[in-house]
Amino acid sequence: MSASAPAAPVTAAAAASAGSGLAVEIRGLNKWFGEFHVLKNIDLTVGRGERIVVCGPSGSGKSTLIRCINRLEQHQQGSIVVNGVELTDNLKNIDQVRSNVGMVFQHFNLFPHLTVLDNCTLAPIWVRKQSKAQAEATAMKFLERVRIREQAPKYPGQLSGGQQQRVAIARALCMNPSIMLFDEPTSALDPEMVKEVLDTMVDLAREGMTMLCVTHEMGFARAVADRVIFMDQGEIVEQNTPEAFFSNPQNERSRQFLSQILDR
Amino acid sequence: MSTLALPQPASARGALGWLRANLFSTPTNSALTILTLALLAWVVPPMFNWLFFDAVWGRQPVAACDAVRGHGACWAVVWEKFRFMMFGVYPFDQQWRPALAIVVLVGLLVVSAIRWFWRPALALIWIAGIAATFWLMGGGLGLTPVRTEQWGGLPVTLILAIFGIGFAFPLGVLLALGRRSQLPIIRSFSVIYIEVVRGVPLITVLFMASVMFALFLPEGMRIDQLLRAQVAIILFVAAYLAEAVRGGLQAVPKGQYEAAEALGLPYWKMMGLIILPQALKISIPPIVNSFISLFKDTSLVVIIAIYDFAYAVKRSVETDFAWKKYFIEAFLFSIVVYWIFCYAMSKYSQRLEREFAKGEHR
Repeated sequence: MSASAPAAPVTAAAAASAGSGLAVEIRGLNKWFGEFHVLKNIDLTVGRGERIVVCGPSGSGKSTLIRCINRLEQHQQGSIVVNGVELTDNLKNIDQVRSNVGMVFQHFNLFPHLTVLDNCTLAPIWVRKQSKAQAEATAMKFLERVRIREQAPKYPGQLSGGQQQRVAIARALCMNPSIMLFDEPTSALDPEMVKEVLDTMVDLAREGMTMLCVTHEMGFARAVADRVIFMDQGEIVEQNTPEAFFSNPQNERSRQFLSQILDR
Repeated sequence: MSTLALPQPASARGALGWLRANLFSTPTNSALTILTLALLAWVVPPMFNWLFFDAVWGRQPVAACDAVRGHGACWAVVWEKFRFMMFGVYPFDQQWRPALAIVVLVGLLVVSAIRWFWRPALALIWIAGIAATFWLMGGGLGLTPVRTEQWGGLPVTLILAIFGIGFAFPLGVLLALGRRSQLPIIRSFSVIYIEVVRGVPLITVLFMASVMFALFLPEGMRIDQLLRAQVAIILFVAAYLAEAVRGGLQAVPKGQYEAAEALGLPYWKMMGLIILPQALKISIPPIVNSFISLFKDTSLVVIIAIYDFAYAVKRSVETDFAWKKYFIEAFLFSIVVYWIFCYAMSKYSQRLEREFAKGEHR
């Protein structure tokens, strides 16, 4: 069955980094929402520095899968090891994994009662115990990098969707994560703002960040992904390099999906 | 070519325009307007005459009131009985102490309302405020001791209300968090507590605290009556506040919890830094509603023989045959005092809502 497809890194870059340990290692993962079997026998390993794009029709379990990696969702079967730490009910492990894994959400989820700067410094100060000055210096550095430095004193409600999502990326980066998860980061944006967010993500990918990204932006997948994972009905149906996946999908369901999103 | 911006037609502008639009827009509306004006003309002048123009003001003998009885209010009763209304049966020569306690209590309320003071040090200010209040009222350390049975009037009402707010609020927040906790024991306890307490009248809680509670205490052990009433009020109001806060907690989007968790914030930091600031802001109207209810409900302590402000006002006229007939004026005075405090809280909450709204939205 293709769900248990070889988990070895596909690209040379990932293979090289695999020697330094795996970023994420998922074995035999099963998850149910009540009666609904949302993830079925998922095996997935992600090497350091690897960039993975997860796609698939809605309801295929792709968001649930990456939300399991920082335990926003609990799995019922199988194991998930992130940076060598296994995710169990142990709250300490969970907090440790979470503080090393950045996440960017579809709806940004910035804290509306805090300024952009305070959004970015909150976790470094309260979780990493950094001094305020140190946290602010780091925050300004990352806000600069997402080209939004001048908005630092504003509140999220005063920014456009694209700006908010770039702040959300900066906020995650301020924790100096080793892995970044993106859960459909551009789906809630107006079309003219998609590019500014994707550009930021491309920059991040070029700097060697380990990334798992749920997205339908196939241009982005082509540009930076080492591997594209296609999911349907809770299974990993196919995984391949972007070139191979887009030009020559192996599975009937992948072909159907690609024809639908590329026709748009 | 853009369309020119034109001024509104003259008929829609100015005082006349407003009158036409709001009071005389239809025949029915015109009729209602005229009817209402006629009613006001009939009621308001005699009312004002009684309240203000024909009333007896200042410290005057009861004979002055008797002379205008029926068409002028006797505000002299307030001057005559002021000390008793304010301080009840507190020793007369020591009444500067409850007067000072009122200043301390109101000061505590004002300080707590200023956002600059919303930091951990506020707890120290409260401890100092509570200590000062009880020292002034109860004596000791150089002041003549006065037992709580002799306390009375406005300081008692303020003690019950302000310390009631100060302690019920954090307790209510904890209960609200408990009710939404993942831990079954904490959740069940919170649910049962809230539902039981909300399901009984305050007057029975006070009665229980006063009478029943004493039955369970070991022989010879007595807990002060005022303290029992205070604890009963705190426990009672906390259940209501918990529900007000829970409403706010539920209104905070799930994504806020997830974003906080994804950053690795542990539970209490997530609640304290992210969720509660947003939830409490949403809950300001129902929270202040509970505070206002609490302030007025303190007057129920009279059933367990505590001399609060409302009761002191009642007793002040009841006990004096000459002034007894002017009890309406005395009650009106107490209504005005209650109203000032409650209206101030209401106004404050509206200002707070506006301030919070200003920072975050365009």
